[in-house]
Amino acid sequence: MHDLTDLTIDTALIKLKNKEISPVELVRAYIEKAKAGQHYNAYVYFDEEQAIKKAEEAENHYANGTNRQLEGIPLGIKDLFCTKDMQTTACSRILGKFVPPYESTVTQKLLDEGAIFLGKLNMDEFAMGGSNETSCFGPVINPWSKNIPLVAGGSSGGSAAAVAAKMCAAATGTDTGGSIREPSAFCGVTGIKPTYGRCSRYGIIAFASSLDQAGPICKDVTDCAILLNNMAGYDLKDSTSSQKDVPDFRSFIGQDIKGLKVGIPAEYRPDGLNSEVALYWDKAAEMLKSAGAEIVPIHLPHTKYALPTYYVIAPAEASSNLARYDGVRYGVRVDGNGLDELYINTRTAGFGAEVKRRILIGTYVLSAGYYDAYYLKAQKVRRLIKNDFDSAFSKCDIILTPTSPIEPFAIGDKKMLENPINMYLNDVFTVSVNLAGLPAMSLPIGLSSNGLPLGMQLIGRAFDEGTIFKVAYQLEQCANFVRM
Amino acid sequence: MAIDNETVRKVAFLSRLCVEQDKLEDTQKEFNKILAWVEELNEVNTDNVKPLVSVNDEALSLRQDNVISGQMSDAILKNAPAKEFGYFVVPKVVE
Repeated sequence: MHDLTDLTIDTALIKLKNKEISPVELVRAYIEKAKAGQHYNAYVYFDEEQAIKKAEEAENHYANGTNRQLEGIPLGIKDLFCTKDMQTTACSRILGKFVPPYESTVTQKLLDEGAIFLGKLNMDEFAMGGSNETSCFGPVINPWSKNIPLVAGGSSGGSAAAVAAKMCAAATGTDTGGSIREPSAFCGVTGIKPTYGRCSRYGIIAFASSLDQAGPICKDVTDCAILLNNMAGYDLKDSTSSQKDVPDFRSFIGQDIKGLKVGIPAEYRPDGLNSEVALYWDKAAEMLKSAGAEIVPIHLPHTKYALPTYYVIAPAEASSNLARYDGVRYGVRVDGNGLDELYINTRTAGFGAEVKRRILIGTYVLSAGYYDAYYLKAQKVRRLIKNDFDSAFSKCDIILTPTSPIEPFAIGDKKMLENPINMYLNDVFTVSVNLAGLPAMSLPIGLSSNGLPLGMQLIGRAFDEGTIFKVAYQLEQCANFVRM
Repeated sequence: MAIDNETVRKVAFLSRLCVEQDKLEDTQKEFNKILAWVEELNEVNTDNVKPLVSVNDEALSLRQDNVISGQMSDAILKNAPAKEFGYFVVPKVVE
C-alpha cells in the first residue's frame, strides 16, 4: 500500500474527506514511523493511546460530516508549548515532569480544528541554542545524516527532524532568533516565522518576549499556509498579539509573481561565504527571475551588528523571564538553608550550561551601571536594524537570502562547543528578522555536494506573510526539492 | 569593560546561581569574550536614536476588569514540589 506518511496535509485532508483513507490509518502510519525513528531522539514525550483515541473520534466526525479544518491530522508539538495534561518541560531539568493545567492558545486553536497531538518534540533547553545540543534529553539526530550523526539545528530541532523523517504530518515550532528557520533548513523542510504578534504567545514558555513567535514546520509551503491559518489570530490573553485581520494564507498559493521586486542584500554575502550556499542563492534568484520577478540589489547596512544586538537583548529578556524558576511553584526543588539557598541550589542544579550563561549575561547587562552601556545601546541599534528593513522595503517587496551560512554540522563539533560565539554566528542570517519583528520562511532549495539540505530564506514586510507564500510557492515549484 | 571574579560572583548571586570557586576563572574569561564581542555595538553612532523596546506598533487594548478564570488552586498546586493546606511551602522567611 501507498505510504500514508508521504502525503502532505493538503492531500491527506482531501483523501480523508473522500473517505479514501481513515484518520486511524493515518495516525497509525505516523506512529509506526515515529517508533521506527526513535534513534533520532525527536520526541521527548509520546502518547500513542491518546492519539488513537482522538483518531477514532475524528473518524466519527468524518462519518457524520462534522469534520473540522485539521480533523485527524497528526502533529508533533515543540516542548515549549504548554499542553494540558501532557508533560511540558522546555527540555530543561528544572521543569521536571511539569504537567500544565492549561493549554497554550496556539495548540488550543489546533485542537479546536481537530488536530491530533502525537507528543512533544525535543528542542534546545528553553529554546536557547542552534543545534539542539543543549536539551536535557540529548541532541536530535538529523535524519539526513550519512556516516556521522549531524545536528538537526535548533532550537526546534525535534520539530524539523520529525517532519523530515515523517514522524508527524507537521509540527509547531517557535522562533526567537532563527529557531524555526535554521532547523528547517538543516532538515530539508519548510518553516515560517510569522510577523511578531501574528500568533499568540500565551502558554508558550517565554524565552525573549519581544522576539518570540510561534509558527509551523511542514513538508511544504502549502501545508505551512494551512497550518498558519489555524495558528494565527488575536488573543485577549496576549497583549502583544495583533488585532489585524488574518488573511487566508492558502489563497496566495499559486499566485503570479510577475513584476514583484525581490531584494538581494549585499551585506549577506560576506567574504568567505560557503561557495555552495552562495551558488544556490544565485540559483534561487535566477529561478524567481524566470518566474517573472525582478531582482534588485538592496542594502541592510547594520546587518553586522544584528548578532551582538541580539545577544544583549535576548539574554536580558531571558534572565528576567527565567527568574520564575525558583523551585517553589512547579518543577524540581533542591532544598537549602533558607529561601535564597533554595533558589540558588534549585537553579544551579536545574539549568544547563548555556541557559546559565545567558542568565548571567542578561543579568549583567541589566544591572545598575551597565544598563545604558549594553541594554539601552542594543535597543538603539535594534531600531537602526529595523529602519534598514523599512528603507529596503521601499525598493523591494520581499528579500531573498540563504537561511544559514553553513550546512548541518556534526554533533559535538569541537569548534562550535569550545567557543559559544562560534555557535551564535550560525544565526547571522536569521536574527535581524526577529529584531525587526518581520515574517520569514525557510524552504529547501537543494542538496550540498555532501548530500545535505540547504535552505533559502524569504523575508517579508510586517504582516505580509501573503507575499512570502506567493513567492515561496513559486520557488518551491522551480527548486523541485525531493523530500526524504 | 573587562570584568573580574568579584563581579562574576556578584552577578551570579543576583541571578541566584552558584558559580563554583574552580569555575570562576573560566566563567570570567568566557564572560569577557562575549562582552568584548557585543562591544562592537559601540562603533555605531546612536545619537538621537530612540531605543526600540517593542516592534508592536498597535496600542495596547483595554478590557473590562472582570474575573475570567479562577477557583483552580488545586490545579495550580498540582505541580508544586511542596504544599500544605492549599498553599506553596517555602523555608521559614519571617522569624
